[in-house]
Amino acid sequence: MASLVSHPDEVKVVSKRFGQGATNIDRYLELDGYKAVRKALGMQPDAIINEVKNSGLRGRGGAGFNTGLKWSFVPKTSAKPKYILCNGDESEPGTCKDRLIFEHDPHSVIEGAMIAGLAVGAQSAYIYIRGEYRYLLEIMQKAIADGYARGFFGKNIFGSGRDFEVFWHGGAGAYEVGEESALMESLEGKRGVPRIRPPFPAVVGLWGGPTVINNAETLASVPPIILGGAEWFANLGTPKNGGTRLFCLSGHVNKPGVYELPMGYNLKKMIYEVGGGIPNGRKLKAVVPGGSSCPLLTSDEIDVAMDFDTLMKAQSMLGSGGVVMVDDSTCMVKFALRIMKFYQHESCGWCIPCREGTDWLLKTLTRFHSGGGIKKDIDNIQYLSENMLGRTFCPLGDAAALPTISIVKKFRKEFEDHLEGRPCPFEKAGAARQLPVFA
Amino acid sequence: MPDSPKLVNLTVDGKAVSAPVGTLLIEACKNAGIEVPSFCYYPNLSLQGACRMCLVRVEKMPKLQTACTTGITEGMVVATDTDEIRQARKSMVEMLLGNHPLDCPVCDAGGECELQDMTFSYGAAESKFIELKQHRDEQQWSPVVFFDRPRCILCYRCVRVCGEGMDVWALGVDNRAAVSTIVPNKQDHLECEECGMCIDICPVGALTSGAYRYKTRPWEMNHVGTTCTHCADGCKTTLGVRRSDTGMEIVRGDNRDKSGINGDFLCIKGRYAFDFANNEDRLTQPLVRKSGRLAPATWEEAFEVVGRRFKSILDREGGRAIGVIGSTRTTNEENYLLQKFARVVLGTNNIDHHRTADFPAFAAAVSQSQIPHPVAKDATRMGHPGVTASMRDVYNAPAILLIGNDPTEEHPLLAWQIRNNVRLHQAKLYVVNANPIKLRRQAAEYVQIPAQAYGEFASFLAGSGQDGRGRPSPHDPQASHQQWPAFRDKLRAEKDLVIIFGSEIVGNWVLDLAKFAANLPGAKLICLGDYANSRGAADMGLYPDLLPGYLPVSETGKFHGEWGTLPPSAGLSIPEMFDAARAGQLKALYVIGANPVGRLDIGPSTLKDTFVVVQDMFLTETAALADVVLPAANAYEKSGTFTNTCGDIQILKKAGDVATAKPDFEMIVRIADAIGFDVHKLVPFGHGMHADMGQSRGAQSGEADQHSVWLEANGLEPKMSPFDPMATLDEIQRLVPGYGVSRLELMAGNDQHTSISAMGPRKQQAPEQIAPAHNNLFSSGTLGRYSRALNSVIENKDPEPADGVPAD
Amino acid sequence: MPGEQEHISESRRDGTNYMHFSDQFESRFAEMLTHYPTKRSVLVPTLLYAQDETGFLSDEVITEIASRLELTELDVRNVISYYSMLTTKRRGKFNVQVCRNISCLLRGADELIEHCEKKLGIGHKGTTPDGIFSFEHVECIGACSWAPAAQVNYHFHENLTAEKMDKLLDEYRQRAR
Ligand SMILES: Cc1cc2nc3c(=O)[nH]c(=O)nc-3n(C[C@H](O)[C@H](O)[C@H](O)COP(=O)(O)O)c2cc1C
Ligand code: SF4
Ligand code: FES
Repeated sequence: MASLVSHPDEVKVVSKRFGQGATNIDRYLELDGYKAVRKALGMQPDAIINEVKNSGLRGRGGAGFNTGLKWSFVPKTSAKPKYILCNGDESEPGTCKDRLIFEHDPHSVIEGAMIAGLAVGAQSAYIYIRGEYRYLLEIMQKAIADGYARGFFGKNIFGSGRDFEVFWHGGAGAYEVGEESALMESLEGKRGVPRIRPPFPAVVGLWGGPTVINNAETLASVPPIILGGAEWFANLGTPKNGGTRLFCLSGHVNKPGVYELPMGYNLKKMIYEVGGGIPNGRKLKAVVPGGSSCPLLTSDEIDVAMDFDTLMKAQSMLGSGGVVMVDDSTCMVKFALRIMKFYQHESCGWCIPCREGTDWLLKTLTRFHSGGGIKKDIDNIQYLSENMLGRTFCPLGDAAALPTISIVKKFRKEFEDHLEGRPCPFEKAGAARQLPVFA
Repeated sequence: MPDSPKLVNLTVDGKAVSAPVGTLLIEACKNAGIEVPSFCYYPNLSLQGACRMCLVRVEKMPKLQTACTTGITEGMVVATDTDEIRQARKSMVEMLLGNHPLDCPVCDAGGECELQDMTFSYGAAESKFIELKQHRDEQQWSPVVFFDRPRCILCYRCVRVCGEGMDVWALGVDNRAAVSTIVPNKQDHLECEECGMCIDICPVGALTSGAYRYKTRPWEMNHVGTTCTHCADGCKTTLGVRRSDTGMEIVRGDNRDKSGINGDFLCIKGRYAFDFANNEDRLTQPLVRKSGRLAPATWEEAFEVVGRRFKSILDREGGRAIGVIGSTRTTNEENYLLQKFARVVLGTNNIDHHRTADFPAFAAAVSQSQIPHPVAKDATRMGHPGVTASMRDVYNAPAILLIGNDPTEEHPLLAWQIRNNVRLHQAKLYVVNANPIKLRRQAAEYVQIPAQAYGEFASFLAGSGQDGRGRPSPHDPQASHQQWPAFRDKLRAEKDLVIIFGSEIVGNWVLDLAKFAANLPGAKLICLGDYANSRGAADMGLYPDLLPGYLPVSETGKFHGEWGTLPPSAGLSIPEMFDAARAGQLKALYVIGANPVGRLDIGPSTLKDTFVVVQDMFLTETAALADVVLPAANAYEKSGTFTNTCGDIQILKKAGDVATAKPDFEMIVRIADAIGFDVHKLVPFGHGMHADMGQSRGAQSGEADQHSVWLEANGLEPKMSPFDPMATLDEIQRLVPGYGVSRLELMAGNDQHTSISAMGPRKQQAPEQIAPAHNNLFSSGTLGRYSRALNSVIENKDPEPADGVPAD
Repeated sequence: MPGEQEHISESRRDGTNYMHFSDQFESRFAEMLTHYPTKRSVLVPTLLYAQDETGFLSDEVITEIASRLELTELDVRNVISYYSMLTTKRRGKFNVQVCRNISCLLRGADELIEHCEKKLGIGHKGTTPDGIFSFEHVECIGACSWAPAAQVNYHFHENLTAEKMDKLLDEYRQRAR
């Protein structure tokens, strides 16, 4: 459904089967499907883990943790069953990549999950897909059914004597459920409230069993690594940042779309060459480099390599690959307000700083943007965000605080321009119409 | 719990701290005298990590850590009071106050609010936020539970205590984010046990009690820790009292004093059902029957009439013609005094009470069966050593066998102890019952037997079942007896098993259980009776055939020495008394705090030729037939002691006071005096000194009690007043075996276990006299009838009022 | 009244089925139960599938699902109220959900929302009197690169403009007839 784009700089690893009809299992097999898992069946678990570790594959869900390393935390033996859990809750604003993978290449995710299972000794995988992605859930249900029909899953997979079950699971609308421990709660049929950690999922996860949780894109990157080798994959990207990544270009950009570019691809190039620059001759004001949870970069901070470590140095994050361009016609107060509305709406409400903090920031920003702002609000917004930072029950609080802090820091002047009842300088119609608070 | 837990060493704020492995940092700090603030953390409830108040700095950790979820590790270095941490906590409070209504001046929790205290200690008073607060109207969830949503800080304590602690699960959380809210299980109301634990545990004023809300300010009350007067478990309850025009009014019952055997627990009765004391139907002056009608009279007149009539009957026909019925709600001292009055003053053994359990058989069993007295290895863990278990033992025993009864309904504290022992100490619970009682949910093993098979089962345990198999029972649909042998084997493998049995087990079956227990290492028993002092009434000898300590009347032994000659042969039981009355042989009946006429449905004609004296709070069916009715004080209005069904003795402290009633103790003494008996022979007091018999209440309100309280306070032995229960307690402790507990501990409000097995040789009685009351969570005999709180809950549950007269 | 406490929040927690949904639902439900070690695990997807059939999660449906999964109704309600797609209130035949998040905002989401509200004559979470449409603005639906976007029930509609939206709504209104 979602239209595809392409660009010469693209290196198609995860997206190589996009538009190739690979949802059809035969087509998938023609395009090297289920080769990697067969190969993995001949490998020692540790060998698989090392391969993935050395490939420099890092979590595509946002945290960017080395995938092989994560797998290695799973205890070799366990009284309770082990599980693979694919995180397909994709809800980070600016991110729409897992959607394409599920739409065009569902089997690659399953195959990645199977390999993960072989590596850690799990015998079943759950593929959790957000509720809004119903059509993708149906694609996945068919893919799983086809796989079972072929005898690829279940008992004695590919005549290896090993068993592996694959199950689908659908969500029902909650961003927080993308957080790995909340994801497990949701899968277990509960409210999406995160779990106390430690213990970490790799040790105590689904129904108490050791569980590896990986993003869909992460899992889809695994088969190519097994087939192409760790070195090949690592060399596609920058040191410690192996491979390619699906970047979702959106916002004020001429050629929005999802492009698969090597890790470390220069952001400026991405915006102006791949994305074709800013529409209507407008100037770039800011960029959200990796989904709404990341601190924003200003137009003169964009000459950076898009990998986890470089962006960390630039005091932002690569996050989930959602690159959102913001031009100079945009009110940054309103932008901050809309981001905060999201987090206020999506907080699970469990802990004080996140529940109350996001609510107060939203209320203050709403009033502020509509012209009711007073000077001390600006510091209050800063103060509140900083007091949420690192103190909430799960990282959602940070995700709400970080962009806000960066916007107030980097665009303080725009806040001052809203003071003393002055109408929003960016709105023709004065104060923006306010969307009701979570009802 | 390991006997000697391995210690872990850490440093907190530069101070060396050590605690057992597995201790949470927040607890380790508390034990070391370092207070780490918290809202959501609550001992023995699941961890939340939600309020973030307990954030501390742990060396080598990038972020602040929550002390409530962090386990201690060797060499850990922790800071709990840096600027960073104080700022973190301050901001948490600020964020809470953001939407928290500042209606503290009218909030029930004002002055007792953890949020107020935190605000005070972290100086988050000045509000940074100018947004409007979201008001929401208060909701009433049940007759006793109210919820003020904006005040809620979402610490989830209520949700957990209701679910984990009570196993009721009636509270949950709806929505998410800023609109998350605590909700009741029936959308707009609660369907639950109404225990009020959620209110007690709420750190703020979000959950408030219908009984107390907006009544007074905490600091306007005095708080008296005494013992509950409802069921036989003996919870310690703290009564908030305030001056009223009639004396002292009880305005609140709660559980602020967590030192009692009940720890955190109180049920609806302990928490709300003190209100019978303020019921407008309560008798306010003596009544004497004149020309067929009960008419108000003065105390002097009333006592004079009773004295004169008793005296003339004694002179003409002797004690045989008089019957005395005691109470299961009066103190040990009063019960002891009453039977002494019957035996010494009236010279009769015609004394009895409403028997709800076969305590005599129990006493007989536990001594006859020569159970070895194991000295508990670890006193704190096993509680009191001995063959009978204390209420504390039930919380700590590694294994429990429950035969009969439905503790959830009839013994709420016992049920709480069992549940939480299973939950927190992984105790194994074995349940044997004719019905699927709720506690089976905690049971490792549940055997459903036919209601008729209890005795059979008891004898089977004792090994007398045919070749160790349960005899197939005539009516046993589930053929449960086939499970019996395996079940018994499991039990035999248990150490320190606590065996709890209800009134289904009587007579020789009790002996069977005791025999069974005798062969298990460290096994202990509990016999379940129904009322606050049923056990005390039995121990104190309110039996026609048994003296205090279950001594047969034929063996008057030391009592003879103390009291002089005593009637040698057994007297009349309650049924026999009414038979005698019908036959015109019972000339007088003296009833204290009991309603036999209502309970046994005795027709008025039965007592037409009997002179009836009743001491009670209300005009019960029995009082209505009386010739003299004397308004009595209740257990919250006097001092003395109660013995709970386990045999734990506890002190009663005078909380409420009404000028218009007298303690039963005082009335018994006054009647003895009015008969012309030398009261020195009845109650030991100031020999040779002026004994203030002339006292009347009002100005000297509560004289007797104030007196003993004063003596107590000054460390003097009482004995100055004839109305001093403590003086009689001396005699009890001297003469009743097993009651030799430390007076100091008693005065300090600590429970102590009496040992029934230490009592003299015993006799068993006909089991058919046992009539359990089966009070449930919301009923409590006569007291329940007059408790507005309980009645409102019952009406709320099912509009049709229960018919029939509840037992006294 | 021994065992009476059982009634407390346990009514009908006997695992049996009282209502019957579509055969497809029932077979899927039966299959899902075999996927997990605990019954409860099927709750979230089951609620959404049930809602697809009944339009909203009525008291009856809640009792039913609680009963089937041996949960308390309170448990089920707590879960329902957590997930934004689940509702206990009837919605229109077509639920128009316009994304209001940043990528769409930058490409005119607010104008689109305003347009819909005018066109439909209802606001956020409103339902048209004829019961055909209900409307809400929602958080990121994963269509950022094709913004502004909306979902009607489960169908994505992307790169929207006021005109496209008008056409869309008309089509749906046709279908409702
Ligand atoms: C609030 C929050 C939301 C998240 N949402 C998602 C998501 O939608 N999809 C995802 O894959 N990871 C999400 N994550 C990251 C997951 O917690 C987890 O790190 C990730 O799925 C691990 O997989 P990876 O190592 O392959 O990235 C989220 C994290 C947080 C704190
Ligand atoms: S009602 Fe009280 S106890 Fe319950 S969550 Fe709110 S503050 Fe905590
Ligand atoms: S006490 Fe630790 S988070 Fe609440």
